[in-house]
Amino acid sequence: MLTSDTRDPAALPRLLLTLLALALLWPGIRFSELDLRVLVASDSQSEMGRFVSAFWPPAHGDEFIQLLLQATLQTLAIATAGMALALLLAVPAGLLASRALSLSAASRAGHPSYWGQLLRWPIRGLLIFLRSVPEIVWALLFVRAVGLGPTAGVLAIAITYSGMLGKVYAEIFESVDQRPVHALLQSGSGRLAAFCYGILPNVAAELLSYTVYRWECAIRASVVMGFVGAGGLGQQMDLSLRMFAGGEVASLLLTFLVLVLLADQLSRLLRWRLT
Amino acid sequence: MNRLFNLALLLCIGAAVIASFNYLGIDLGELGGAGNLKQMGAYAQRFLSPDLSPGHLQAIGHGALETLAMSALGTLLAAVFGLLLALPAAGRYGWPLQSASRLVLNALRAVPELVWAALMVLAAGLGPNAGTLALALHTTGVLGRLFAEALENTPPEPADAIRLQGANTVWAFCYGTLPNLLPQLLAYILYRWENNIRMASVLGFVGAGGLGQMLYVSLSLFQEAQASTVILAMLLLVLAVDTLSSWSRQRWVKA
Repeated sequence: MLTSDTRDPAALPRLLLTLLALALLWPGIRFSELDLRVLVASDSQSEMGRFVSAFWPPAHGDEFIQLLLQATLQTLAIATAGMALALLLAVPAGLLASRALSLSAASRAGHPSYWGQLLRWPIRGLLIFLRSVPEIVWALLFVRAVGLGPTAGVLAIAITYSGMLGKVYAEIFESVDQRPVHALLQSGSGRLAAFCYGILPNVAAELLSYTVYRWECAIRASVVMGFVGAGGLGQQMDLSLRMFAGGEVASLLLTFLVLVLLADQLSRLLRWRLT
Repeated sequence: MNRLFNLALLLCIGAAVIASFNYLGIDLGELGGAGNLKQMGAYAQRFLSPDLSPGHLQAIGHGALETLAMSALGTLLAAVFGLLLALPAAGRYGWPLQSASRLVLNALRAVPELVWAALMVLAAGLGPNAGTLALALHTTGVLGRLFAEALENTPPEPADAIRLQGANTVWAFCYGTLPNLLPQLLAYILYRWENNIRMASVLGFVGAGGLGQMLYVSLSLFQEAQASTVILAMLLLVLAVDTLSSWSRQRWVKA
């Protein structure tokens, strides 16, 4: 006979798991010095309150608007120039690292020979290294090497994004149908020609849309990199924050939001037109 | 006509690239000049001998634990608050609350972590607490939106069935909606945790604790040997978390 049981049969294990998770988290709370009370403590609240109340009205003096315009243009230029430099490195690296253009793979059902795999490893390693250091760390290093200003931002974007783009390009080349390129390679064409006629027609749309998406990411990254002195909107925001100029911070944040929205729309337009 | 438009678009892109190099005044020839390259090489060379003394390694261990704790707690807080905000944002309590909570989530998400960290350092003082709060605030925005979408897409029938049996809304949510939702929520949380550990290691640049603060300080003091150890530690941390999260994803999310 069916009896109704209102208890949760899995309650005990769940309770134990929760207790275990809490025990694991306890040292974490100590390490991160988590203290939610600062959000409601009266002195920090009045401090924040004074700062935030200065947000309205956003700064809109003629001089500041001029500065804002220049910083915005600089941010856009950093992203674009950084992407252009990144492409210079990413395209050859992607071609070199991709298994799709391996001569030995063409006659071995897509698996390159031992040597073919070994020789591609240094390039893959280089790409991994370039992309696993965050761009803002590169920016910090370049600010020390080439001085404050947009050059550091451009170089940082160029380095990180060439790592990402190179890896993704190599994978995109491998993801399409390999038979056309294998046929071309086996009938004696050069690798570059085989790439242009065997792979490129299939991957062009995907390459373009990924590149445009990365450009959009580069704009966001170049704003953030300004905080370590790499020019653009971020540097201006850092300065205004340090001077507790709430109004300026507000208009910088608004500009940043508008810029990200516009970049989003533009990249959608480009992807729609070009793919 | 279409071709012409595309051609014009490509020309515009080319012009934009040239214009941005001109605007920034970057002289690549000068940058690649012999003197400059030598200087940069000398600077890079100082990074090649990382400082592996036990004292420094211990400091790095502490910094790495701090970074780990910041990212984990920030993500956890964000998951809790994100779920709380996702319930109204999925339209469960009528449209005024829905649009209000969506507005909050969008605002939280739109401000980057580093900007939140700079603001939180003002409110909470230097140290990892500011970083944790900054991560929590931004991630709440991201997770809240993802959770709200997941909530809207779960089938309502199990919860309805439980409610029709006489249970109240809370039990219906816990036993009717949550079990369906949990794998997806876990996947989102793990994905954000991966992102956050990367961010946590750089939030220190504005004074929010962890490895980033160590890197910033040692670079400012021109201690390149120490800085390169910190960078190595960051790389290891990111690799370890990637492995862990891909393992746990296979273990719990796909099952």
